[in-house]
Amino acid sequence: MIVLLGVLVVILGFATRRNPLLVVGAAGIVTGLLGKMSPQEVLAAFGNSFASSRSVTVFVITLPVIGLLERYGLQEQARNLIGRLGALTTGRFLALYLLIRQLTASVGLTSIGGPAQSVRPLIAPMAEAAAESRAGGPLPKRVREKIRSHASGADTIGMFFGEDCFIAIGSILLITGFVNSTYHQHLEPLSLALWAIPSAICAFLIHGARLLHLDRVLERELAVVAAENELAAHTARRPEDLK
Amino acid sequence: MIKSEYFFWLIGAVFLVMAAQMAGDRTNPRRFGSASFWGLIGACFFYSTGVVDKSLPAEPLGAAVLVLIVLGGFGFTGKGTPHTPPREERAASAARFGNKLFLPALTIPVVAMLCATLLKKVHIGGEPVLEPGSETILGLGVGAIAAMVVGMTVLRERRVSVPLHAGRNMLESMGWALVLPQLLAVLGSIFQTAGVGDQVGRITEAILPDGQRFIAVLVYCCGMVLFTIVMGNAFAAFPVMTAAVGWPVLIQQMHGSIPAVLAIGMLCGFCGTLVTPMAANFNLVPAALLELDDQYGPIKAQLPTAAALLVCNIAVLALFAF
Repeated sequence: MIVLLGVLVVILGFATRRNPLLVVGAAGIVTGLLGKMSPQEVLAAFGNSFASSRSVTVFVITLPVIGLLERYGLQEQARNLIGRLGALTTGRFLALYLLIRQLTASVGLTSIGGPAQSVRPLIAPMAEAAAESRAGGPLPKRVREKIRSHASGADTIGMFFGEDCFIAIGSILLITGFVNSTYHQHLEPLSLALWAIPSAICAFLIHGARLLHLDRVLERELAVVAAENELAAHTARRPEDLK
Repeated sequence: MIKSEYFFWLIGAVFLVMAAQMAGDRTNPRRFGSASFWGLIGACFFYSTGVVDKSLPAEPLGAAVLVLIVLGGFGFTGKGTPHTPPREERAASAARFGNKLFLPALTIPVVAMLCATLLKKVHIGGEPVLEPGSETILGLGVGAIAAMVVGMTVLRERRVSVPLHAGRNMLESMGWALVLPQLLAVLGSIFQTAGVGDQVGRITEAILPDGQRFIAVLVYCCGMVLFTIVMGNAFAAFPVMTAAVGWPVLIQQMHGSIPAVLAIGMLCGFCGTLVTPMAANFNLVPAALLELDDQYGPIKAQLPTAAALLVCNIAVLALFAF
């Protein structure tokens, strides 16, 4: 029973908005010690899991080349390109990216997208440019933030609900590894991948529809901003009328 | 054979070089803290090789991880002023190079894809070229290096320091969030060793009314979401909730289909990942990379979809798995 205090540490740390690194570190130490591990075993557990989970950090290798291209105007060129395709609205563009991300992930190609590899240099600037060409000028900060958030969301959701349809992906291998060793089963990865298909379809329908709806939301927000600007310009031009 | 460990050394070396650059960056108010943090990560990447093949003890690495937690957690890291050229200059450069700028960016996925599909099958002297099981990760590495070569050639940039400085600026803006995913893996394995799953199982069995199938499905799915939100990682929550409810109740007691219960359980966990700041690599890191003021922006964009998908998952499991 007492090992559950570790979970409590995470919840409390979360609720009081402590730095997540400290929360995780403290929860790990508390749980390990309460679970009757020796301090040495806790240290070894920290070391072993850090070593075997290095692959989640490998995207760092793409940062220099992306940084280099950005210095030479990659984001600006991405905007130019999408600005020329009039029919491609922000929502339609992101829905298309969602579909591509899901399909590629479902054949195991999860590392071809991601926040550093594709969202920051290409997808977010393109989605912004599509909105800019509609608005006919630079976007207000609030709208820009919303578009960037959705660009990241389309990437993450596409990958999550595409990858489980692939049999050799980490999560599928984790399930089979855990069940086969703990419960002595002979579970085939393929049978798990099949059960991931309904969720993948739901994910595309739900999130795709939300992205298409995003266009209308953006239109409304831009109209509000335009009206505000006009009002401001009006008041600035003829201050004597308002006296 | 190209081993994944070589690739991890390359990344370790990149961290070390960037740490040296940080130490010399006077615009960063906490330059020595930043340099120690990233330098230590770089060193850990090298030392980990010995831990994985069991030639070195894991305890010193664990101690180093605790130092990382202290450096990152108590705000000893900072960032310098990025020296990116002004917008007009970048626009001019974009006009000059045009769509050639996309070439290096597209090299990464194309090469990654080729490695994961074609090069995977290539053997030289009876040995596979890429280490089996690591093809996608190695593909990303080979792709990044190829993209660097293509990029430097296309842009006629001769100084290697330019991309390294640019990459370092992005690293600094991500900060400690970069190592959180690795730490969550640590937490998950400690939870499992300490028997958190067994405890949750005992509690649910005591509370759960017998034979209430729908309630059991609900407990399993929502439990996966809650544990994932707390631990930031569906992989960490999965063994806990499956040992607690999924296996003993849904499969053994109620004879649910094994692959259905497990696959959908994991997908419920993914719904949790979409809405928790603890899943830093999917939610906080993109917010930092995209330079958002609201670091919860991606979570807000994902929340309604996550909620709807959870309902779908529960429905599929309750209706079709028994």
